[in-house]
Amino acid sequence: MTTTGRTDSGRTDAGRTDAGRTDAGRTGATRAEICAVACADAWRGAGEVLAHAVGTIPAVGVRLARLTHSPDLVLSDGEAFLMSDPPPLGRTAAAGGTIEGWVPFRRIFDILSSGRRHSMMGASQVDRYGNQNISAIGDWRRPERALIGVRGAPGNTVNHRTDYWVARHTARVFVPAVDVVSGVGNDRARAHTSTSLRFHNLGVVISNLGVFDYDERGRMRVRSLHPGVSADEVAANTAFELDASAAGTTRLPDDHELELIRTVIDPTAARDREVPG
Amino acid sequence: MSLADVSQQIESGMTIGIGGWGSRRKPMALVRDLLRTDIKDLTVVSFGGPDVGLLCAAGRVRRVVYGFVSLDSIPLDPHFRAARENGSVATSEYDEGMFVAALRAGASRLSFLPTRAGLESDVMAMNPQLRTVASPYDDDVYVAVPGIRLDVSLIHLNRGDIHGNGQYLGPDPYFDDLFAMAADRCYLSVERIVATAELTAAAPVQSLLVSRLFVTGVVEALGGAHFTSCEPDYARDEPFQAAYARAARDEQSWREFTERFLAVDDAGYQGAVEELRASAAAAGGKP
Repeated sequence: MTTTGRTDSGRTDAGRTDAGRTDAGRTGATRAEICAVACADAWRGAGEVLAHAVGTIPAVGVRLARLTHSPDLVLSDGEAFLMSDPPPLGRTAAAGGTIEGWVPFRRIFDILSSGRRHSMMGASQVDRYGNQNISAIGDWRRPERALIGVRGAPGNTVNHRTDYWVARHTARVFVPAVDVVSGVGNDRARAHTSTSLRFHNLGVVISNLGVFDYDERGRMRVRSLHPGVSADEVAANTAFELDASAAGTTRLPDDHELELIRTVIDPTAARDREVPG
Repeated sequence: MSLADVSQQIESGMTIGIGGWGSRRKPMALVRDLLRTDIKDLTVVSFGGPDVGLLCAAGRVRRVVYGFVSLDSIPLDPHFRAARENGSVATSEYDEGMFVAALRAGASRLSFLPTRAGLESDVMAMNPQLRTVASPYDDDVYVAVPGIRLDVSLIHLNRGDIHGNGQYLGPDPYFDDLFAMAADRCYLSVERIVATAELTAAAPVQSLLVSRLFVTGVVEALGGAHFTSCEPDYARDEPFQAAYARAARDEQSWREFTERFLAVDDAGYQGAVEELRASAAAAGGKP
């Protein structure tokens, strides 16, 4: 059941850009903090679902979402516990927090099949339709570089909403075609002929340069550029064409969010090690 | 039973399941004993960690069937990575949920179980034997994940009795009960063998993960999951795991690691681990 009974407006980052910008000069939000807030906004309106966040900035973002606009989000400690009061960043339940449930690994697969989960995964490669690769670079039969394997990406992407986080936006990550489809993209999902892929739902891709979503044809486009990033810079670091014609500017953290990030969620600034500057 | 008694039950060419998860509660003492034999051509089925790495490094593996192979604090086992990149092992890379379905089907003696996981991903291309199945009730189509039957499973738990009733005391059972049930024979190592009545004297009955119904033999192996974690008895030995991963960098350092830690019996291994720990403490830092 919900904690508060309130419904979320599902508001996106768009309309808040200009108000935030004035704030920004005053508070001096870093790129990492802007990314963390963009990640938090990916969960806006998600409701009462298990939030799965891979990477430091998504982990900051999901805690921020939980503490601000999305109190019904369910967080785990990355081990076996659901946390109503999350442990410190990167630590397990043993480091503190309040346990509200038990989720051994076996139960994760039950929850993701139920659809009540929302992931933000990493991507070693992602293409314009949101196909994602974390398995291997080169031919999977004998890869040039073995990566971590498909892990849960095939199951996540066909069962519940999945977003991606890329800490370093380059043309080697944003590629024309991924080497191994671990996470299923929009073109493949749409080509599928049975009703089994009706839960496929790619949301956004967030990088150190901007926030990206998908157009009606399922192709990636620029939703917003982080302050100080140009469309040219994104284009130069992306190996496929990206429509930036409707791009806004990513909103800045407000004072309350900055205080939460800096003093409550990530006091040791682990976020700066993932996105410097 | 002893560790060597278990190894004697395993033959080249077998399909063996290894319990635990990544670098957590792996039956490492049993795996190290396999390295003391000349068993080879194994098909290893595992949520892989250093168990898969050690067997690959020793050239004992023909195929690995896995949901992943990770050391947790180090994203990828270096030996498995090398085996992938030099093409020395065949692989069946599954989505993690598909992997669980394969074990569940095997445990229930079903030829397959349906999952959505895998549809339209390259898991289908990487495993060309995989087929889909159409629902008889609606317009859904699923991946028909074939059940995996194991000749032998190896698992490690915190406590057990001499009859093969096994108990976990940490936060996560992982999938060791499924590994036991999907295998023709399962061998269980435990930190301590205790009287049956003692099992439920100190811990809830829900901690009794594996029944003797599914266990062929029990071995007492104190520290038997080292260097993986065996909560709450001990955490992962991170300095040792780092040393293991570093040793994979070149032939010379791997030969030294092998001579020091693997070309010895279990007491020799535990002694060498103690020695490493003591010299690290004396140096006041990492080994």
